Amino acid sequence: MNKWTRRAFIGAGSITGGGFLLGVAGFTFAPSRHSLVGDDAAARGQLTTWITVTPDDAVTILIPHCEMGQGVPTALAMMAAEEMDADWANVRVQEAPALDAYANGYIVRAAGGDFIPASMARGLDYASFKAAEWFGFQVTGGSTAVRGTGEFGMRVAGAAARQMLVEAAARDWAVVPGECTVAKSRITHAASGRSTTFGPIARKAAALSVPSRPTLKDPNSYVLRRTSVPRLDIPAKVNGTAKYAIDVRMPGLLYAALAMAPVNGGQLVSVAPAPAEGMAGVKKVVRLPNGVAVVADSFWRARKALAALTPQFSDAGHGGVSTASIFAAYDTALGAAPSLPSGAAKTVTADYKAPFLAHATMEPMVCTAKVENGRAEIWTGVQDPLNARSAAAKALGIDVEQVTLTNHLLGGGFGRRLPFTFDYVELGVLVAQAMSPAPVQTIWTRENDIQHDYYRGAAMSRHAGALDADGRPLAAHSVYTGGGNGEAVSMPYDIEDMDADEKKAPHHVRNGQWRSVLNSQHGFFKESFVDEMAHAAGADPFTFRRALLGKAPRFKAALEKAADMAGWGGPLPKGEGRGIAICESFGTICAEVAHVAVAADGALQVKHVYAAVDCGDIVNLDTAKSQVEGGIVFALSAALLSEITIEQGKVVQSNFRDYPMIHLADTPLVSVEFLRSDAPLGGLGEPCVPPLAPALTNAIYAACGVRVRELPVKKTPLVRA
Amino acid sequence: MAITLTVNGTTHTLEIEPDMPVLWLLREQLNLTGTKYGCGIAACGACTVHLDGRAVRSCVLPASAADGKAVTTIEGLAANGPLHPVQQAWIAQQVPQCGYCQSGMIMAVAGLLAQTPPPTESDIDARLTNVCRCGTFTRIRTAIQATLRTAATAATTEASAPSVPPGTAATTEAAR
Ligand code: FES
Ligand code: FES
Repeated sequence: MNKWTRRAFIGAGSITGGGFLLGVAGFTFAPSRHSLVGDDAAARGQLTTWITVTPDDAVTILIPHCEMGQGVPTALAMMAAEEMDADWANVRVQEAPALDAYANGYIVRAAGGDFIPASMARGLDYASFKAAEWFGFQVTGGSTAVRGTGEFGMRVAGAAARQMLVEAAARDWAVVPGECTVAKSRITHAASGRSTTFGPIARKAAALSVPSRPTLKDPNSYVLRRTSVPRLDIPAKVNGTAKYAIDVRMPGLLYAALAMAPVNGGQLVSVAPAPAEGMAGVKKVVRLPNGVAVVADSFWRARKALAALTPQFSDAGHGGVSTASIFAAYDTALGAAPSLPSGAAKTVTADYKAPFLAHATMEPMVCTAKVENGRAEIWTGVQDPLNARSAAAKALGIDVEQVTLTNHLLGGGFGRRLPFTFDYVELGVLVAQAMSPAPVQTIWTRENDIQHDYYRGAAMSRHAGALDADGRPLAAHSVYTGGGNGEAVSMPYDIEDMDADEKKAPHHVRNGQWRSVLNSQHGFFKESFVDEMAHAAGADPFTFRRALLGKAPRFKAALEKAADMAGWGGPLPKGEGRGIAICESFGTICAEVAHVAVAADGALQVKHVYAAVDCGDIVNLDTAKSQVEGGIVFALSAALLSEITIEQGKVVQSNFRDYPMIHLADTPLVSVEFLRSDAPLGGLGEPCVPPLAPALTNAIYAACGVRVRELPVKKTPLVRA
Repeated sequence: MAITLTVNGTTHTLEIEPDMPVLWLLREQLNLTGTKYGCGIAACGACTVHLDGRAVRSCVLPASAADGKAVTTIEGLAANGPLHPVQQAWIAQQVPQCGYCQSGMIMAVAGLLAQTPPPTESDIDARLTNVCRCGTFTRIRTAIQATLRTAATAATTEASAPSVPPGTAATTEAAR
């Protein structure tokens, strides 16, 4: 668990260093505060601790989020350090242990309280951030980290720490706290010429009570935020020392390989263990409700032995389902095209489809567990350690207090490692229980991962729009199925008559959250349709949209910025085109322009993607950029190539050969610019995903006249008109 | 069967089955976990190591094929010396996100750049087929260009002042 620390390893939950610990933002809401801090806490000066300052001037900040690639811990620490006026060179970061008192909600409620503006309320509903669900969650998802924990937790904690340190110094010097200034971890009282760094005063500061409403900095006075700070986790990621769940090692560790029922809902009917049992290194064949595991002294041996088995599974009655049958049911559920008001000069209708998608995190699912005497120790990588811990306890039928969970760096999350999708943890602890007391590492193969995901839902949408004689849109109606929500289907445009209606057509394929949740499907649907309306109106797709954004100045500014960056309207060679799209999700508005070329033979090249992003304000400039770049490449790979299909109830694809990804050669240039609107902070890991697919397909239309209405793009032949 | 191989400069003799891929040999027998499993079928490059100086995908490289050979993993790329130029460029450009693909990515790039003459942009495009799910390719391209520029400058400097201090460039070369 020693992560991100640049010069010293600090064990999780056991901050030591012979120092006096300045606890900030006490947890009046924490149910088990005393058991959290331990008996010697008072002697060490430890309160429930988010920020600690030791005599060597080190500032250690505990972060209740995991690192899955977004640089969240660095950004959160920057937010606290900014308010503290701490010297960044002395800041260390550590992931909070998986204990209730460190649930995200606590830091927000304890420290933030009524700081949370009403304008966040909408975000709270859409992200996994609902107040009602806070208890028991420690989630990194829904783009909540910086805008929730950071804005209402870390900032307040940092400001409180600063105030306590100043107060302690001022008392020492018998001066007025308001006359002291702080910069780079140094408190100065100019009139008396006195000054100290944080370290020597920390013990006295820790004895003061924690201010409940410390003064936050004016955003115009930030010195650390909006700069590019090197991420703390990167050095370990270039030399092989970064530790992921798959890298957990311990004496006597066994490895398990899994086969699971290929049809979701199916169970293990029978398995004859004999063929595996005699093989090299094999310890045991373990039957699971919906699968079978072979445990051996090496993963390779476990896998080889597993291949010798012929387990029989039931199909739960879903053996006749295919992608075709699912989309046929969608089509039926959608029914006739939505009706339009009478009197339109022109109407437009279109259907769009988006496929199931796997997350295919680069690190497959891995869980290491040791179960002994009614207790379990777990080492894994999850986006919500607290929830994973409860899931494991439930699977084992033991009390959650009997479970410890150590989280690791995630080799990608994208929504796969969220609450309610912890099957890999549940199966992992069951395998370990069968091998008790030996520790067992259950590794999913890529095939397991692709075939047993919680998929981005396949979705379909049916649209109808009406234009008046001047080409102005009068109405835009749609019906959709496969999932949706208010945020995903809503459009910023000033069209008087808009609605989107959900139809249900359930199926057995298990769905989950996939980077940007439902916005990735609906971003494609709605921004494709607006483009089609623009073309039907004979208008330029950019000016058509802009004319409808008069009442949405943030959207208008982002749209104009993206167009400007891309040189919208400038001449292009034959066969090239630009497409534009704009979506809001997780509090961030993102406009993107794609520039593509379609060769005479239909070969597509994506040359450049431009993104104008308004996430309110940014924290770590370079990390923010990398999130947008990565999101665009992630979305592009999916839009061009990715599709999970179902035959006989089973997932057809199994690895990167039949579920391919784009490579370096396919990657366009990506330009990113941020607009500072000072709106409440929005997310960054997800909001740049939804506009990419429609920007791309709109560009393809501009380049060759082919309208792509179904993803991935590779399914539609591009023949240049 | 007994397999003898040199890993990051240390020679090991292991009693293992000849078909065990070098990936698992490294990760489980030698506890060198920097080399990652991503697909097991040579389709992602997360497991890339150098075998006698050439970048190879270790998930499909049987132990028997490494018998008597030298393997360099990400842990050995810099040995105990300064970081390899590719690693330095990766930090300077802040390439990694989740980082899981990056050991393989760095080994693949280091293997490519060790060639003479240096690979062109289209060589790199054609030969760097590693998968990165976090989508760090834009930065990977910038970092490779930066490394090539540094190498070109170094080559010019070396040509005019050939006395390279021992243990720097030469060591790095050997480690590849
Ligand atoms: S793990 Fe070897 S290429 Fe993917
Ligand atoms: S950095 Fe996450 S897969 Fe490449």
